[in-house]
Amino acid sequence: MQKMAEHKGCGTSGGSGKASCGTGAGENDMPTEIWEKVKNHPCYSEEAHHHYARMHVAVAPACNIQCNYCNRKYDCANESRPGVVSEKLSPEQAAKKVLAVASAIPQMTVLGIAGPGDPLANPGKTFKTFELISEAAPDIKLCLSTNGLSLPDHVETIKKFNVDHVTITINMTDPDIGAEIYPWVFWKHKRVTGKEAAKILTDRQLKGLEMLTANGILCKVNSVMIPGINDDHLVTVNREVKSRGAFLHNIMPLISSPEHGTVFGLNGQRGPSAQELKALQDSCEGEMNMMRHCRQCRADAVGLLGEDRSAEFTTDKIMEMDVNYDLSARQAYQEKVEEERQAKVAARNAELETLAGENADLKILVAVATKGSGRINEHFGHADEFQIYELSSNGAKFVGHRRVDLYCQGGYGEEEALETVIRAINDCTAVFVAKIGHCPKEDLLKAGIEPVDQYAYEFIEQSAIAYFKDYLAKIKSGEITHVTRGDATIRQGAFVSVDA
Amino acid sequence: MTYKIVASQCTSCSACEAECPNVAISEKNGTFVINPKKCTECIGYFDVPQCVAVCPVDDTCVIDNSLPRYQPSA
Repeated sequence: MQKMAEHKGCGTSGGSGKASCGTGAGENDMPTEIWEKVKNHPCYSEEAHHHYARMHVAVAPACNIQCNYCNRKYDCANESRPGVVSEKLSPEQAAKKVLAVASAIPQMTVLGIAGPGDPLANPGKTFKTFELISEAAPDIKLCLSTNGLSLPDHVETIKKFNVDHVTITINMTDPDIGAEIYPWVFWKHKRVTGKEAAKILTDRQLKGLEMLTANGILCKVNSVMIPGINDDHLVTVNREVKSRGAFLHNIMPLISSPEHGTVFGLNGQRGPSAQELKALQDSCEGEMNMMRHCRQCRADAVGLLGEDRSAEFTTDKIMEMDVNYDLSARQAYQEKVEEERQAKVAARNAELETLAGENADLKILVAVATKGSGRINEHFGHADEFQIYELSSNGAKFVGHRRVDLYCQGGYGEEEALETVIRAINDCTAVFVAKIGHCPKEDLLKAGIEPVDQYAYEFIEQSAIAYFKDYLAKIKSGEITHVTRGDATIRQGAFVSVDA
Repeated sequence: MTYKIVASQCTSCSACEAECPNVAISEKNGTFVINPKKCTECIGYFDVPQCVAVCPVDDTCVIDNSLPRYQPSA
């Protein structure tokens, strides 16, 4: 079974006095009412995504546009697609599933509708689902993700159902560029193609964005970075959406491979490298909050971003489940999560103070194996993704993640898989793990990546800052020489479920 | 009929169902089918057959040559 993970948000240490990057940003970096909306939304807050989970329900199969990076016959690589293997749900089944998941995963705080088509091309199913869930589980935040074509027609309804997070996928504002991304849109009972189609789409997207922000609804913009087509143009898109009040911009890499059967996959259009993606995100960051923790998840994903527990919650299984929606138990659990989270922030800030005297221009990247809670708590061989932090005298900033094949399968590592991991984190100076075997340790050292297990189970940012201080001290004393790392590969393919 | 849906190509996305002015399309056993008795090829409603225009997979909503074409009574 093909699985993908999604995600959205941004990364920075937050609270360190510099211009804050939205989602990494913390409580002191934004107005209280916005913080209340994002603090436990894993997609809108990088910081929250270590602690809180989300789920998508696949109630919206129909779409009203065609994208060259999407193939409706298979799992979609970029957007959230259940594709051929997953189940479509009715609104009633979706509501039951939400209750089942909320009972089993008390840190699940957000329900999103993201397809597999366009939620607003299926308004009846989408809004019925919201209605049922807001009655049964009023503490769960509602959000949706749309291509924007129908958005202006539904802003009033979105408001009515208290949907306070909306994501619009905007890949261009220039119809010439749009014509290379969208073969057609279905508009006023006709299929419209070429530049005319792209013009309609961009007008509707920007109008919808303006209407939402005017109504105080938090908007995130997703953009797919397609090298040679819209990569330079996304800087303009960033400015356009910022000026219309978007809260967060999520530039995601095109995932393109012939086996996806997409137009881009078949015509050999490549996705960006890790360095290309980061450079574009960095160049937009002065303009607005950038999200870098998006896992490009599927329309039926369940769990923390970067993990997918959807296989535990198939329709057959939830029908047999004893669903006990206990709001007070959920709240008690979430209070514990908040305590842990505050301890993490305090530890980070204390460590950051000890960095204050350092004025080095040096920046390095490190990879972290984690399964959540903001701790280094995953075995190197069990990690199916690494989180990437940029370390500088400003502290530790989340700048992305790299998906990798499971290196350790059945208890032993495979050489080929290790090479994949090394290519994915090749731009990193070190990799932080809870544990690592002797052989992969040697191979990583050979590749110039230092395996670090001395901070096992500690908080990520606190440990990373401590490591960086140590790194600078070693350079000063001449014990080591700083080496600039090369580029890294963004994996072209969906997450493959372990249970499949 | 008029139009039919090539079952092997249908993604069951349901987009056609909502667009059909004749309510001729419904889901049967996981795929969508057109009721030939109801299909008018959208004549009298729209310039183009809506199922063809909205279908994400080309050549999936096609003319059924085994049946006579729809004849508007007027």
